[in-house]
Amino acid sequence: MQVGFPSAQASANMVSPEVAWDRIERRRGLMLVAPALLWTLAFFLVPTVSILGLSLYEKTGGRLGAEMTLANYERFLDQHYFWQSLINSVEITGAVTVLSLLLAYPLAYMIAYHVPRRWQRLCLMLAVLPFWTSYVVRSYAWLLVLAPNGIVNQTLLALGLTAAPLKLSFNTGATILGFVHFFTMLATLTIYASLVRINPRLVLAARDLGASGWQGFWRIIVPLSLPGVVAGAFLTVVVVIGDYVTPQILGGNNQLVLPQTIMMQIQRRADIPMAAALSIIMMLVIAVVYLAVARRLTARPA
Amino acid sequence: MGASAQRVLIPTLLIGAMFIFIYLPVATLVVFSFHDGRVPVPPFKGPTLDWYVRILANPKVTGATMNSILVGVVSSAVAVALATLAAWGLARHRIPGRRLVEALILLPLAVSYLVIGVGLMVAYSSGFLGKSLVLVGIGHVVLNLPLAFAIIYVQFDREQAKLEIAARDLGATEAQVFFRVTLPSVRVALIAAFVLCFTFSWDEFIVAYLLSGFDPTLPIVIFSLLRTGLDPQTNAAGTLVFLVSIVAAIIFELIRIRKTTRDPAL
Amino acid sequence: MTQPSDLALEDVSKLFGLQRAVDQVSLRIEAGNYVVLLGPSGSGKTTLLSILGGFTAPTAGRVTIGGADMTLTQPAKRPTATVFQDYALFPHMSVAENVGFGLSVRGVAKPEIAARVNAALALVDLAGFGARAISAASGGQRQRIALARALVIEPAILLLDEPLGALDLHLRRQMQDELRAIQRREGRTFVHVTHDQEEAMAIADTIVIINNGKIEDEGSPSRIYWRPRTRFSASFMGESTILSAKQTEAGMAETPLGNLPVVGLYGAHVAIRPESVLFEPAGNSTLLGTLSITEATFQGSFARLKGRIGQTEISAKVDPRRAPPVGASLPAFLAPDGAVLLTE
Repeated sequence: MQVGFPSAQASANMVSPEVAWDRIERRRGLMLVAPALLWTLAFFLVPTVSILGLSLYEKTGGRLGAEMTLANYERFLDQHYFWQSLINSVEITGAVTVLSLLLAYPLAYMIAYHVPRRWQRLCLMLAVLPFWTSYVVRSYAWLLVLAPNGIVNQTLLALGLTAAPLKLSFNTGATILGFVHFFTMLATLTIYASLVRINPRLVLAARDLGASGWQGFWRIIVPLSLPGVVAGAFLTVVVVIGDYVTPQILGGNNQLVLPQTIMMQIQRRADIPMAAALSIIMMLVIAVVYLAVARRLTARPA
Repeated sequence: MGASAQRVLIPTLLIGAMFIFIYLPVATLVVFSFHDGRVPVPPFKGPTLDWYVRILANPKVTGATMNSILVGVVSSAVAVALATLAAWGLARHRIPGRRLVEALILLPLAVSYLVIGVGLMVAYSSGFLGKSLVLVGIGHVVLNLPLAFAIIYVQFDREQAKLEIAARDLGATEAQVFFRVTLPSVRVALIAAFVLCFTFSWDEFIVAYLLSGFDPTLPIVIFSLLRTGLDPQTNAAGTLVFLVSIVAAIIFELIRIRKTTRDPAL
Repeated sequence: MTQPSDLALEDVSKLFGLQRAVDQVSLRIEAGNYVVLLGPSGSGKTTLLSILGGFTAPTAGRVTIGGADMTLTQPAKRPTATVFQDYALFPHMSVAENVGFGLSVRGVAKPEIAARVNAALALVDLAGFGARAISAASGGQRQRIALARALVIEPAILLLDEPLGALDLHLRRQMQDELRAIQRREGRTFVHVTHDQEEAMAIADTIVIINNGKIEDEGSPSRIYWRPRTRFSASFMGESTILSAKQTEAGMAETPLGNLPVVGLYGAHVAIRPESVLFEPAGNSTLLGTLSITEATFQGSFARLKGRIGQTEISAKVDPRRAPPVGASLPAFLAPDGAVLLTE
């Protein structure tokens, strides 16, 4: 045994061999985990606590107040402008999550059960390839599609479905469309992953026991694929509620979402404490969602 | 119509429609980057490479590209290194409060990029780090560490543990175990994690926007190009960014496919 | 006398929570022996092997090898090497790199590694396979590679954890013979864990029967088979009819089948092997009574019979060509020394 300190050696002789081993194990394990842990502490926890701290000071007349106060949170509740942006965020997030799941589930299901096995990987990969585009580029691409003389309007005009170009971009609908495009791909990935993990014999067994095809789907496949649905939905909520780029590029300026309001405080007003308070509120919203689904999210080796 | 035709037709139509939806914006972006006209809308004229020539001659764009590559490579390497050590430590050693440590490392996944960016700005941008590429890189490690950790952690399963036990039994020191068995046996996941982290860093906007100061990364420069409205130059720049992400994504996918077909036991 | 590689466990226990996986086991294994730890799954035999290999620290007790305390010695520093249950071959290395790993981490020179790897591969009948990938090896080949990898570092003691468990029956029987042959040739101590009693009998110098974390019986295969010490070893090693018994005088005991001659010193039960039930009197055999056959199963080289003498169920084995039909009644005899007193 290699123990660096005489005291550890002495105590190892006194305690049971098991305990002595555990000590060495533990010390080595902590050393391995330390860098990641310290990084997370220094560059994630400390900043988060700083946000919390800063949100408790009010900025008036270009300087921070000396006293801790809940003034920023009171302003959030008082001013329609602030809480309306939270409501907009929540509404858009809800719509995006539901629409994405409705589009992604059939797609993932078709790929998992109706595409021949050897083409599945390729098909899935193609279905999510545009996922790997920067938000900025993807949102700009939707601007092109939705422009007054863009491809959608020109098609509608040519088909005679509309007399004048429709205003498709710079509104909440465009924001939702941009988000749905992205999160359909994400949810397809997570749902497909849990669909292919389902043992196909389970459905056969259900059919053998007298279930109809529809019952087999609702009572076997849907419940077993739920983890993928929940994972997809959770990731969607976290990212959509915090995204600034997509609404900024596609949404125009009439219905601001929370991240836009936060950026507004930082860039226009230079009111970082208010931005901090709004960030904390955003984290709380995500925490509530997380607590609701936490039990279904895991990442651990077998 | 026969039942079997239905079984083929409905999935084909549905998948086809979804593919049109998924590819419509990307295809429009790419096609009109070759558009020989000032506004990238139909009807298509061209093709021309003018916009690529212009964008590649733009020192702002090339400088930002170098910044993005630098931040991406360094931050991904750091994230993968930290994640590997932590995953190995947690999977192979009995650590007090293991669940808490796991949760802490994964926590940034559940927080918006915007909050992470604001936090780093509040805590560090007025210090010696200032707003700089270094701070952007630190931010990208924070974003990517949980992701890399999750990918690598699941590799340290019981099968992999047995390999390490066997190596120790055969006389390997801890360092030999790590460098000759642990790292090589999870190398595929390490490369995959690196590539994935790189694409996330390459595409990331808001953290870089808040923290980069006078050294913008590529997404920020493209964002600023948007102020001029629809412009084939932006199409060209976007196509190039997309191309890099796609290449990385394909590498990531190929690594995974190769791994699952070649080492079914793993 | 303590040989350089004598192995001893002294009062070793291992608790997992409240469960005693190993319960105060003391065991001495002499150098050069082929020892099989035999027991059902969950009996603690694998935990015991893992304590020997240094992968698990015992909760209490001492492990010594050649007289030196190794309780806290790490696996790398022990004169042991292990062949793991599913072999744990390194998938990212070739066959030769796998076999040479133990030498390479010890800093042995490359030409010497190559020579010793080739010799080890030849020993397990895999000469010329060195450059192949592990993924290309079959189950039997993997087993041999794992064996070569452990043997090449010349361990005083080779530990084998269910080494044949992943192989089909035919390959198992063949590898048993080869393991035994290799052990004889190399003269090393082999400690082999299995739940297969036929494997244990075919291969071992000494069998150690383990149940519930304790040693039930320990001895040569024939001793354990013909003179099992406990009820557990009588029923786990092969089949036995177990009857309650009360000793009446030296060498005799009262059983449900009457007063029978027994071997052993004391005990409240006797075990009778199916082979000890005869249907023709032989010198010194004892009449048990009239056996009515209730079941006859053809097993190839023998037929297994079940029947009753009065209310007592008896198992027997006969030549299948002479097996009586179900429903037949015939006199049954106890072979000399056929009833063994069980101490527990």
